[in-house]
Amino acid sequence: MRNELHPRGLEIVTVALDTAGADAARPWIEAARPEHPSLIDSGHVIDELLGVVNVPTGVWIDEGGMIVRPAEPAWPGHTPVLDMMDDLPIPPAASAVRDEIKRMHINPERYLAMIQDWVANGAASQYALSAEEVIARSQPRSPDTARAAAHFELGQHLHRHGDHDAAVDHWRQAHRLDPANWTYKRQAWNLETGDTVTQSSAYEGSWLADVQAIGAEHYYPEIQP
Amino acid sequence: MILSSLRVEAQAFEKRTGWVLKPQGACKGDMCVPLPDVSSDGTIDVEVLSARLGMPLVANSAHGLWALGPDTVTGRALTSAAAPDIALPDLEGRSIRLADLRPQKVVLVAWASW
Repeated sequence: MRNELHPRGLEIVTVALDTAGADAARPWIEAARPEHPSLIDSGHVIDELLGVVNVPTGVWIDEGGMIVRPAEPAWPGHTPVLDMMDDLPIPPAASAVRDEIKRMHINPERYLAMIQDWVANGAASQYALSAEEVIARSQPRSPDTARAAAHFELGQHLHRHGDHDAAVDHWRQAHRLDPANWTYKRQAWNLETGDTVTQSSAYEGSWLADVQAIGAEHYYPEIQP
Repeated sequence: MILSSLRVEAQAFEKRTGWVLKPQGACKGDMCVPLPDVSSDGTIDVEVLSARLGMPLVANSAHGLWALGPDTVTGRALTSAAAPDIALPDLEGRSIRLADLRPQKVVLVAWASW
């Protein structure tokens, strides 16, 4: 996709949301050898600034720096780093996990077609939203979800400064206050178990149980054109 | 935003949150929220920011730290459609600012190793 659309004025920017930083993202990025900027967000800053609650998530920004599509599930065809998604470290025996993934709404072709339309038509594209619509469609932010963000950030800070137990306490609060935020859950679980699907005794939930509770078809909400 | 004091430097607050402190208050996009003036030492009371902008304040007393959460002014993650001034490092540690990619269109894709 980038080869096709970059000459027409589009750039892809991937952002790795990894508390472990470059060490975690490096193997994936180096294997993919992308030509586009591949950035590292070890502070999960864009979670808060853009309303990212799961990955992969896409945000569109126009030539003038205006967001024209807020954070939403994004499967932009086959870009080098995103091709690595097929190699997520899911334990082989977790057939139940794979079954749930198969039920999810994942439509790379549709998302790619939306991007192509935007590149071709710019602001006239039906997929480029007004400023009011962008704000209205961005993630809900209640006092509880905002408090969850504060707990998550404090947890990250304490984890990076050596007090992992204190971090877990804050991340448990983040999960309780914002149970729909998969980024908070998956990142915390990953730091305990090395993957995101193995149950950790540090936390109450698990990927499989939590996905089954909401229905896999809701894990990635359908994109509204 | 991680804080070790309940007074924050105005510039640091602006850089981290995107809210700009003007005579009429804290402003983002078309919205301004009245605030007391920035003090002569360039700092502002965090508890006032918390109350006026709906930013939750979470404490960890053992470490003497606070986290000031995002605002809840619009009830949405975005208060403005103007993209925040985001600058993040690449693998080589070079800071890349999204604004420097203009006038290209940008599709930002968040992913993770987990």
